[in-house]
Amino acid sequence: MEKNPVITASDLSIGYRTGRRTSIVHRHLSFQLYSGELTCLLGSNGAGKSTLLRTLSASQPPLAGELMLENKPLNAYSEKERSRRIGMVLTDKTMAGGLKVEELVALGRQPHTGFFGRLHAQDHALIAEALEAVGIAHKAQSYTAELSDGERQKAMIAKALVQECPVILLDEPTAFLDVVSRTEVFGLLHRLAMEQNKAILLSTHNVEQALVLADKLWLLSAENGLQCGVTEDLILHRRMDTLFNRSDICFDYAHGVYYPIVNGQKKIVVESDDETLLHWTVNALNRRHYACVQPSPENVSLPSLQAVAPDRLILNQSGKTSSCSSFEELLSVLPNG
Amino acid sequence: MKRRILWYVALLLGILFTANLFWGSVRIPFRSVFSILLGEEEKVTWTYIVLQTRLPQAITAMFAGASLAVAGLMLQTVFANPLAGPSILGIDSGASLGVALVMLLYGGSVGRITIGLPVSGYMAVITGAFAGAVFILGFIIFFSTFVRSNIMLLIIGIMMGYITSSAISLLNFFATAEGVFSYTMWGMGDFSGVSVSQLPLFCGLLLIGLLLALLLIKPLNALLLGERYAENLGVNVKRIRILLLVSTGLLTAVATAFCGPIAFIGLAVPHVARLLLGSSNHNLLLPLTLLCGAVTALLCNLISVLPGTAGVIPLNAITPVLGAPVIIYVIVNQRKIQYFH
Repeated sequence: MEKNPVITASDLSIGYRTGRRTSIVHRHLSFQLYSGELTCLLGSNGAGKSTLLRTLSASQPPLAGELMLENKPLNAYSEKERSRRIGMVLTDKTMAGGLKVEELVALGRQPHTGFFGRLHAQDHALIAEALEAVGIAHKAQSYTAELSDGERQKAMIAKALVQECPVILLDEPTAFLDVVSRTEVFGLLHRLAMEQNKAILLSTHNVEQALVLADKLWLLSAENGLQCGVTEDLILHRRMDTLFNRSDICFDYAHGVYYPIVNGQKKIVVESDDETLLHWTVNALNRRHYACVQPSPENVSLPSLQAVAPDRLILNQSGKTSSCSSFEELLSVLPNG
Repeated sequence: MKRRILWYVALLLGILFTANLFWGSVRIPFRSVFSILLGEEEKVTWTYIVLQTRLPQAITAMFAGASLAVAGLMLQTVFANPLAGPSILGIDSGASLGVALVMLLYGGSVGRITIGLPVSGYMAVITGAFAGAVFILGFIIFFSTFVRSNIMLLIIGIMMGYITSSAISLLNFFATAEGVFSYTMWGMGDFSGVSVSQLPLFCGLLLIGLLLALLLIKPLNALLLGERYAENLGVNVKRIRILLLVSTGLLTAVATAFCGPIAFIGLAVPHVARLLLGSSNHNLLLPLTLLCGAVTALLCNLISVLPGTAGVIPLNAITPVLGAPVIIYVIVNQRKIQYFH
């Protein structure tokens, strides 16, 4: 499928201008946002994710460089034109609890309706369609206040859908959600990007979910600026470590999670044929500040642990061999690292 | 279904309006009121009372109540705070300061107390109130151009209120006993301050404010989602906020100038309307708030003449009794009331 960028930035500087003072958050950013793709923006707190999203939604002007929306500078659009091209989902507190879900979603039609905001049959059809698409059609007549956090986020996504924008920007849409709703929202956004050919960009701290469902990743950090690419390319080119400039946090490229680096004094040799078992054994030992090493000739003097099965953990320390039937037992006989 | 509530309240408004014509501190037989309204010959004093006092008073109450309630609703939405009201922004304390300046420094007067005083004194009071309200409003608009947060703006309004109160206290301290008395009387609130000749001006100004409010229904709904969402829906938030402040300022200033600072209608009536309607959608909420405000004011006016010939109860002795329980109810049931969430 031929893909065209909806938003293109070249040499963009973002930040704040208050009076005469300018504080630049990032400079020389270049990127493209494509339709039909779910793009996830990752970065630590304060990395400038919100500033970037605000710049893309034209809430604040770029300080330098070029920002194009469909081959026209973003700031050349009127507010009304822009509201038909970029839909937003935010974490802002709203006072919309007294609106029916249907009425809330209907607000997304405002850029298209007339002066008094009267809704026509086609508007109602679009609203029903959007509620169906996000899976909360059965809640259409409920008050927004009665929705769970996940459902409320879906309603806001439906609002963005009826806005009929080619671009949807979401600022941490899964921030307050539990695992189930988080997974649902991510899945939903990915499906919408594909099926409705939308360019969806969301900022998130939810790395695991992003790695699974993002077509593209944007990694934003103060040190390395913005790095864009297909998720797997970035992972396999070992880019994930550059996201946080910390020596005590490391990315586990095999499992796709960040973990704290253990500066264990004691070393232990760990062996297992079962990859899952090995992973969790190392996990348990790391927590006890053991640095786990591979078996090798120079490590023969170190204590060793052979994980045969979850209920058969054979510990070998100072010539003594003990077999443990659970991690609880293992950790009780193991001295602190 | 929901539209029906609007009709019921409109019907109630009609009944109360009529009641206000038939019932006052002077007893006039119903039959006579009828014939006066039909333009037939009746006792001159009775004709005067019905046509020159009761009718303009009922119209004044209707317009003032509707205006204050609508102003309250708009402020609650624009400040995203269900406990905002016209008095909170300092607009009516601005009006009070204007009135205090005129009454306490120049000895002008207003309302029933004006009888026997020159008309120019009366107009000076009205002008003072209006100037005071517009002055404070100007300040708020000035701040609103660079203070983005509504909470901050709200606090600035409250602070302005304190400053004007202290200025009023100072004026009271140096004023004559007479001046203090007439200022206190104005401060009690009263719908009888608008004469037949002033009625067109009073109603005309309020109509402009109410019309502006009706034109802002669409952006008001967008503002329920907060300013950033509204912006994303194509609302020019800065311009809309100024228009909303102009509209609320005009409504509050005119109503306060003529009727005194009437407490609680602006704060409580929007809540009554929301609870009746079960929705925060301004499409119906704003018209319903308008009607409920008018109904409440007419009801208060009716209650104020209860003592009959013994005198008239000040409005500000009635409105808090009706309004405060509403606010307490709303706050106590906050968790159950949808529009808080």
